[in-house]
Amino acid sequence: MALIKNHELTPDTYTRIAGDAELPDQGGVLVDLQRWQDDWQSLGRRGSPVGVWLTSDQHPEIIADDLDQIDLVALEFPSFRDGRAYSYARLLRDRYGFSGELRAVGDVLPDQLLYMHRVGFDAFELAGQDPLSDYQTALEEFDVFYQPAADARATALRLRHARG
Amino acid sequence: MYRYDEFDHQLVAERVAQFRHQVKRRLDGQLTEDQFKPLRLMNGLYLQLHAYMLRVNVPYGVLSAHQLRKLAHIARRYDRDYGHFTTRQNIQYNWISLEDTADILAELAEVEMNAMQSSGNCVRNITADPLAGRARDEIEDPRPWCELIRQYSILNPEFSYLPRKFKIAVTGAPKDRAAVAVHDIGLRMHHDAHGKPGFEVIVGGGQGRTPVIGKTIRDWIEPEEILAYIEAILRVYNLYGRRDNLYKARIKILVNALGLDAFRELVETEYEAMRGQALAVPAAEQERIAAYFQPPAWESGSDLDAELDTLRAADQDFARWFDSNVSAHKAPGYAIVTLSLKATGQEPGDLSADRMDAVADLADRYSLGELRVTHRQNLVFTDVKQSQLQALHRELQALQLATPNIGLLTDMIACPGLDYCALANARSIPVAQDISRHFAAADKLLEIGELSINISGCMNACGHHHVANIGILGVNKKGKEFFQITLGGAADESAALGDRLGPGLPQNELPGAIETLVDKYLELRTSESESFLETYRRVGMTPFKTAVYGDDAARRVA
Ligand code: SF4
Repeated sequence: MALIKNHELTPDTYTRIAGDAELPDQGGVLVDLQRWQDDWQSLGRRGSPVGVWLTSDQHPEIIADDLDQIDLVALEFPSFRDGRAYSYARLLRDRYGFSGELRAVGDVLPDQLLYMHRVGFDAFELAGQDPLSDYQTALEEFDVFYQPAADARATALRLRHARG
Repeated sequence: MYRYDEFDHQLVAERVAQFRHQVKRRLDGQLTEDQFKPLRLMNGLYLQLHAYMLRVNVPYGVLSAHQLRKLAHIARRYDRDYGHFTTRQNIQYNWISLEDTADILAELAEVEMNAMQSSGNCVRNITADPLAGRARDEIEDPRPWCELIRQYSILNPEFSYLPRKFKIAVTGAPKDRAAVAVHDIGLRMHHDAHGKPGFEVIVGGGQGRTPVIGKTIRDWIEPEEILAYIEAILRVYNLYGRRDNLYKARIKILVNALGLDAFRELVETEYEAMRGQALAVPAAEQERIAAYFQPPAWESGSDLDAELDTLRAADQDFARWFDSNVSAHKAPGYAIVTLSLKATGQEPGDLSADRMDAVADLADRYSLGELRVTHRQNLVFTDVKQSQLQALHRELQALQLATPNIGLLTDMIACPGLDYCALANARSIPVAQDISRHFAAADKLLEIGELSINISGCMNACGHHHVANIGILGVNKKGKEFFQITLGGAADESAALGDRLGPGLPQNELPGAIETLVDKYLELRTSESESFLETYRRVGMTPFKTAVYGDDAARRVA
């Protein structure tokens, strides 16, 4: 499994913590929601980055008030057919103003990457032989976008009226 | 009609290239069928009993003669010389090979057509009143709004993996010819006291196993906010719609489970957070799109009532056709003509490639090159001069497209049924053919008047039987096909679900049973202007039940 972040292959600096397993002495950790809710104070005191992993039935509203203490939110796609996390991502970016790393985890496939990027994900856990090339191909497939989303891409509407 | 600009062209071209690549990866084994399936569905490609089926969008039913010629060419080159117009104003080809699909999509792109999202768990083709922009009773032309919603929905990054498919229909006329009450979202345009248009939003309608008449979630929304409101509904549905059970995944189930008020609260909260922002449609964009739908240059003239009366008196065939297939046009001197794809014994909605070409030529000569597909699976010529009606009628007769039955008993909707569909319990096309032969006499049809019969081969209800005045549902009892009849359904502004008449009947008894129902209606109606539906609503089920099953049986099943 490779991690692509901000368009590059990147080593994962977060250690995934299962349930209430022990934390390493230092370095970023990625915990589940329960662990965050139980231990948020001690997690904050460690002085290292904290990520929270949400499953697809955990609405990020639950952590909306904590987001200034969270560096990474990982949203899980249990199956690529489960599209809830697209809306969670929009809400995290547009509604709750989250500007940290938003990572797509689980059943993340090349054919959905562009949509994920558009709704606000900037990091992706990808399998496959050449994930970076899959990623680049997927993101370059389209240059025209009809609807505004959580990305900076100009919509067709804007371009149409900008040229006057 | 709307024309692609460079952005639309580029998007469709990129989509075709993407799909070509996806097909290649599938054929190379890089994609599993499970991974490929939603990708091909969102490009309109279904796997049916015998072959792939490709469903091509006809956006809100608007088609040019030029496009129809391309559809004919595709039928000839890649299919078996015919296409099938569907209840969602689209066209499907039943015998497509996977390897050809990208080429077909590229050919469609040449005439500004596509198959994007004609299937899959996403927002499907936007449908509309097939007489939009032309009908005399219209308040507001819905087509510019349909086009805006179409663009908004295409490749929408947030809503391409919804719990289930999502259908939106729009009407701008009081007479509902788009069945907006049985869509996931139905939009009805109204005017406020100052003549400014706005939308009434209906949500959670649908057919299938759990038929529901949609409910009004909002009486009024400013047109420029319609995309924001739709996004609010889609987001609530995407977040909370069920994903654990295919049959409980449509938005109607969510609306029913939460109750309309709780559902509305969620939607309104979302909407309040979004209104007036990125999705608000700027006036310049409204104008840009509306400009494509300006009325054509109709010649000024007046209605030819006297001349047409003379023609009708002299030519009985013309009179029948005029009375059922011609409707009132906005512009004096013009008429709207519906071409019946329901000739006696025909498969409802089918059209051969040669006849597509012939229809395209007629559209050029008689209808300014434009036509429409209706949700009852017929075609419409939008701009026929009244002075040319008789000539057009003769040409349509020669093509067997002038059957005088629009809105009448034999203008049936039938799903593909057991002949094509793997899920079917029973045949539906042969049932339609039986009924159509039984009621071939044009005078009798006109005497009966407005009456809809819809047939589905199983409870998935693709044939819309729930909302027919007389609905027919195929069921399987101990390995035998039976057909259940429902009465009193309607898909128009008085939308209602039909009530069950009684135990199912075998296929050979159906035409007789329908005749019994119709005769009972003729006996009970107060005047010729009381339709079957009105009579049913006035007298209720009992007389019809007794007529079909007899006194005792009616009491037993009551
Ligand atoms: S109603 Fe049933 S038989 Fe008819 S097309 Fe739909 S699934 Fe098939």
